[in-house]
Amino acid sequence: MTPLNIVLNILSIGIPFSVSLLLASLGEMFNQRAGIFNLGCEGIMSMGAFLGFICAYYFQNTALAPYVNLLGILAAGVAGALLGLLFALVTVTFHAPQGIAGIGLQMLGIGTAGTLFRHFVGGVTGIPGLPSYPIPLLSKIPFIGPVFFNMNMLAYLAFLLVPLSHYILFKTPWGLKVRAVGTSPRSADTMAINVQRTRYQALAVGGLFAGIAGAYLSLGQAKMFADDIVAGRGFIAVALVYFGGWSPYRILGGSLLFSIAQSLQLSIQVLGINFPYEFAVMFPYVLVIVVLAFTRSAAVKGPAALGQPYDREKRI
Amino acid sequence: MKTSTRVAYVSLVSCVAALAAVGIGAIVLVILGADVVQTYKVILTEPLKDLFGITEVLVRAVPLILVALGIAISFRAGILNIGAEGQIQMGIVSATAVALALPNVPKAILVPLVLLSGAAGGALWASIAGYLRAKLGVNEILSTVMLNYIAVQIYGYLLRGPMIDPAELQTGSGTPQSMRLPRSAWIDRIIPGTRLHWGIVLAVVLAILVYIFLWRTTSGFKLRAAGASAKAARYAGINVESSLLFAMVLAGAFAGLAGAVEVTAVHRRAIEGISSGYGFSGIVVALFGGLHPGGIIPAAAFFGVLLVGTDMTQRILSIPANMVSVLQGAVILSIISAKMLINDPYAMEKFERRFLHFKGQPVGQRAEDEESRKNEAKR
Repeated sequence: MTPLNIVLNILSIGIPFSVSLLLASLGEMFNQRAGIFNLGCEGIMSMGAFLGFICAYYFQNTALAPYVNLLGILAAGVAGALLGLLFALVTVTFHAPQGIAGIGLQMLGIGTAGTLFRHFVGGVTGIPGLPSYPIPLLSKIPFIGPVFFNMNMLAYLAFLLVPLSHYILFKTPWGLKVRAVGTSPRSADTMAINVQRTRYQALAVGGLFAGIAGAYLSLGQAKMFADDIVAGRGFIAVALVYFGGWSPYRILGGSLLFSIAQSLQLSIQVLGINFPYEFAVMFPYVLVIVVLAFTRSAAVKGPAALGQPYDREKRI
Repeated sequence: MKTSTRVAYVSLVSCVAALAAVGIGAIVLVILGADVVQTYKVILTEPLKDLFGITEVLVRAVPLILVALGIAISFRAGILNIGAEGQIQMGIVSATAVALALPNVPKAILVPLVLLSGAAGGALWASIAGYLRAKLGVNEILSTVMLNYIAVQIYGYLLRGPMIDPAELQTGSGTPQSMRLPRSAWIDRIIPGTRLHWGIVLAVVLAILVYIFLWRTTSGFKLRAAGASAKAARYAGINVESSLLFAMVLAGAFAGLAGAVEVTAVHRRAIEGISSGYGFSGIVVALFGGLHPGGIIPAAAFFGVLLVGTDMTQRILSIPANMVSVLQGAVILSIISAKMLINDPYAMEKFERRFLHFKGQPVGQRAEDEESRKNEAKR
């Protein structure tokens, strides 16, 4: 293998890896910009992965067969948004502490997905999953064509969502509202922005993204479902939001960096450099801790009201 | 506010919260096509039907109490330790290593030594997250979750590699498990034929000690003060950072101890999946017990019932045991919501207005009416 081939190989594995992280962290970015720290992302992704899988699994031999993937993604997105709203009920309406609420939602999501999977499917079962869709002409470009332009539709959509999220967050009235309620909810309230409603909306959007991110894992990446399919990606996504400084382009950079580092470690193994595979699996998690340690010291400023419930009645 | 109103409000909120938790579980059960009432009945009553079931519940309660005590300390100090799962595994590893290294030491010395080394293993693992939070401001939830995933891998690596039972290699079956611990490291069983062991006494004694520590000593007070309001504590000259680190180390020690007890009293060798989610269940138990040792013991017994009960539903009704995680998640969400509502004076005021309005007229209104009636009579 020439060095160029190795690099291209790493990229062609790493870039599709980044999609689920990217989708989930973009969603989490909306949550956190609105001031809510949603650690339940992991649970929402788990439900999304299960729903994506189960739609493809159940309807693959029916008349719906051509649309199963779309159906799965839709189901995952809707369920994700609903779980986001449940989280909003607990943290926005009831002002519950967000960290613990997130852990609760994580258990609920993983538990429900696991229970339903065991009951309706049982063992490991493969599904056809999302087909890759080479973009005409572009995919024919030597070297970079097969790496960048030979992915499935959901992956392209995810990358398109980066500029779109940037536009929504910084150029639309709704984006301004989201940032306002996340920075100073009281001022936003004074300016007649409905803090609760905006936070509900942001959490629904975040849940939608996380659900689809989960569906990508089962439909696009693994093409199967397992209890631990998400394997901490929801938490990594939260960390990537910190790392990406709450901005879509930097989050894209972060998730690419992260997944390429992960595929680099896989390639090292393929190349025959021998070390216990447990350490390879461990690598991304260690990376998160290291990244978090350095991000915090770089004095990145997050949304000022992140993690603080807003209670209109409360005196300051 | 009248006491009766308050009692009515608190009990109403608690009932609604309990119903919500049960309801979320019921939704999942309905999707499964199971008989909801029957399932709940099996979960809650089946484990208590015979001696074996009851002892199994108590066996589950021991690690739950220990882990929850640690989590209560850390939550009280304002640091959310989600990493008990990893700390348990580190505790198991160090306890097993010490027990296997010193097989000839008499029991009276070896058992405490093994338990202490388990606690030390957990404490060391937790101190990573505590240090990162105290010195670098790293969010402890994220770091402890990541440390859980890392610990699973280290544990698996050790059991498949350096710590594997040589017999497994000889027979070639290669089951990832350590050698059986020497008898001198065992914690004995209380009732022969069951798995109930003396660890339960240890857990209860430690619960009392934690109560004394948190509410009857200066350092416990400082810890709670730092957790209640870091800013105020800092003004009072409390070193909040070292208090966070200290709380985290204590929490890790309790989780590690839970692992050590589990390995020396129940399994007697390190095997895969030994922690079986106690780290996460411990969080639920701690919250359910109101972050107080006096509440944690009954809460642990209750969740012990749930754990054994969902195992039984798997066997009797073939409903997957993952159901316990659904219930635990639902319980966490309901508890924290209910707690906030109960402590929210404005919500209670709103409730009072509606409640009294429902019964008749609002309080102020009634007084006015009486006045006008009197005036009417005078005229």
